[in-house]
Amino acid sequence: MFEYAPAPESRDVVDIKPSYGLFIGGEFTDGTGTSFKTVNPASEEVLSEVASASADDVDRAVRAAREAFGTWSAMPGSERAKYLFRIARIIQERSRELAVLESLDNGKPIRESRDVDLPLVAAHFFYYAGWADKLPYAGYGPSPRPLGVAGQVIPWNFPLLMLAWKIAPALACGNTVVLKPAETTPLTALLFAEICRQADLPPGVVNIVTGAGETGAALVNHPDVDKVAFTGSTEVGRLIARSVAGTHKKVTLELGGKAANIVFDDAALDQAVEGIVNGIFFNQGHVCCAGSRLLVQESIAEELLEALKRRLSTLRLGDPLDKNTDIGAINSAAQLAKIRELSDHGELEGAERWSPACALPERGFWFPPTIFTGVAQSHRIAREEVFGPVLSVLTFRTPAEAVEKANNTPYGLSAGVWTEKGSRILWMADRLRAGVVWANTFNRFDPTSPFGGYKESGYGREGGRHGLEAYLDV
Amino acid sequence: MTTSFADVASSNVALRTFLHGLPGVDRVGADQRAAMLGTRSIKTTAKAEAIDLAIRMVDLTTLEGADTPGKVRAMCAKAVHPDPADPAVPKVAAVCVYPDLVAQAVGALAGSGVKVASVATAFPSGRSSLDVKVADTRLAVEAGADEIDMVIDRGAFLSGDYVKVFEEITAIKEACGEAHLKVILETGELATYDNVRRASWLAMLAGGDFIKTSTGKVQPAATFPVTMVMLEAVRDFLAATGRAVGVKPAGGIRTTKDAIKMLVLVNEVAGDRWLAPDLFRLGASSVLNDLLMQRQKMATGRYAGPDYFTLD
Repeated sequence: MFEYAPAPESRDVVDIKPSYGLFIGGEFTDGTGTSFKTVNPASEEVLSEVASASADDVDRAVRAAREAFGTWSAMPGSERAKYLFRIARIIQERSRELAVLESLDNGKPIRESRDVDLPLVAAHFFYYAGWADKLPYAGYGPSPRPLGVAGQVIPWNFPLLMLAWKIAPALACGNTVVLKPAETTPLTALLFAEICRQADLPPGVVNIVTGAGETGAALVNHPDVDKVAFTGSTEVGRLIARSVAGTHKKVTLELGGKAANIVFDDAALDQAVEGIVNGIFFNQGHVCCAGSRLLVQESIAEELLEALKRRLSTLRLGDPLDKNTDIGAINSAAQLAKIRELSDHGELEGAERWSPACALPERGFWFPPTIFTGVAQSHRIAREEVFGPVLSVLTFRTPAEAVEKANNTPYGLSAGVWTEKGSRILWMADRLRAGVVWANTFNRFDPTSPFGGYKESGYGREGGRHGLEAYLDV
Repeated sequence: MTTSFADVASSNVALRTFLHGLPGVDRVGADQRAAMLGTRSIKTTAKAEAIDLAIRMVDLTTLEGADTPGKVRAMCAKAVHPDPADPAVPKVAAVCVYPDLVAQAVGALAGSGVKVASVATAFPSGRSSLDVKVADTRLAVEAGADEIDMVIDRGAFLSGDYVKVFEEITAIKEACGEAHLKVILETGELATYDNVRRASWLAMLAGGDFIKTSTGKVQPAATFPVTMVMLEAVRDFLAATGRAVGVKPAGGIRTTKDAIKMLVLVNEVAGDRWLAPDLFRLGASSVLNDLLMQRQKMATGRYAGPDYFTLD
């Protein structure tokens, strides 16, 4: 009865070049690897051709970063802060452009890139800009020193936000960086390179090398890199940990997750439903800390599932640039295949699959929001990270059982607890082995709050005062 | 699934047990959800449809000490022909006046299809005896009111005397006869969303046909989160009992943008069924001219100045 007319955000605010080079020593240069195409996952339209960095190119970038390190690290913190504040402001000024580009390259809804990603990106730079001249008060000694050159490899789910999480603290502490964005989402990092130039950041402080796995490996294995920071799959994280073992390199890894979102029978039901939706369908479930396992107290399971299904029927899937879209496109064909494989396996294992009636666009990579009920701990969909809009529903009877099931996973990145009883929140938080425990909310991020994992979800913390440690010689 | 709630109001203990057994409302989460729905972008054809629907849902209201028969007649004329220059503009749903002016409104609106609503029960404070409140209601009904907007006894509600609130509503409902009963919760005085949910259920259990946020005399009035909590209540009440109760946010809705945000809330929280004047109303007066201005802008591409819209 009330159909929302299409409300597309204009594409005209971004100017995508037909091809992009690498950003090394403050200049855009050609790469010597085979260039690759980046596509809009919502339409499979080719957006641009991007240079691929070979081992030689990576070496050039690391040398540029090393050369810049001397002056950058010697600069008073208050001076470094000026550059970071300037970058933060430019990001705010150009946020519409960045948001549209992020949605085009990644497939996420513009509502999220506009209202979540970009405000957090700017906030992260503002926050760490504030630390740059206060490092002696951070609790890491009277004059903490930077590490040197940081090699940073980031994923495709929050391209610009992960860039901010990596670059802002590194620069505030006086390091220089070589960053490799994911091969399916390089464009906002390249626009960020332009912003670095606009902010007059000294050449070589930030270098961006695009490419696939080999480029990342060349960066991580480069002997003159002092610090490796990686966000991505546990599988690649293991390779990285192995390759830097026995070297002087400091490492932080932020890896996979299989978070439990735990709903007690006294929870605020409507808000719990929102939290479940936000926990697993935010960013199409391409979130390492996604609440992919719903643990619901058996006494309200039926009522909650009914409410959840009703809510899912109102989700709007489609054009990521439409301002009313809730669920965008899956980032790549490869990821879509993985989500399909695991979901099909869920059915084979006997779980019951449900999706709301929802038409998928013909072109592009799409997957409907999906719930599996009757899931057991032993099912693959309850154990493996799907990294898609797929929720596994399990039940529990007592708080102790909830804790036991929540912790019964090799991962430990995040967890959610929904109850109106404050003491139970604290009791649960004491026992859940997860880096973040959200109470009556989910997927809330703030630059002041440390983020990171237990167990196979990685080590080290990003964000907050704790996030400085990863980039200081302490 | 329908449940019988026959025994719920048998005592304060029973009523308290039931109302406090309803799921709580988390303020942070509710505010967030309402704010998110406020970002929906309603453009072009959807906006045009929403504006006409919103006009059809308006309860054009005057509730001033200075109200006169002349003022009420003028408002009634506007209710029937909101834009004299454009006969395609739909009529509003109802006019809302004090009981002593109902007769004037009934006379002015005869045969127009626009309903007459009257506030009653010692509006706006509700501070009087039940006898006076019933007499107030009868006065309005006998003068021809189609709808009665009563206020609940917030003092009784906040002191936990739910049975008193319940019995007052049932007594007024009886005094209404054929007239529809809207129950004003005055959410600004109930303060918490938990109370809004409980008062909503209390009013529905007692037989209210509509639940209404506010008198318009207390701030905050019809906020988006409060309206959302009430829409959740009517949605859940329908699922539990099979009876659909209407919702009327009133007070503080001044712009087309606000009116459309309300419709988005209705659409995504309660659903289709409430997107009609028999189950959703906007209690307002100044919003009507803004709706008319936006409507004309959509039709002609130009904004006319405020002097081109009547002030009645």
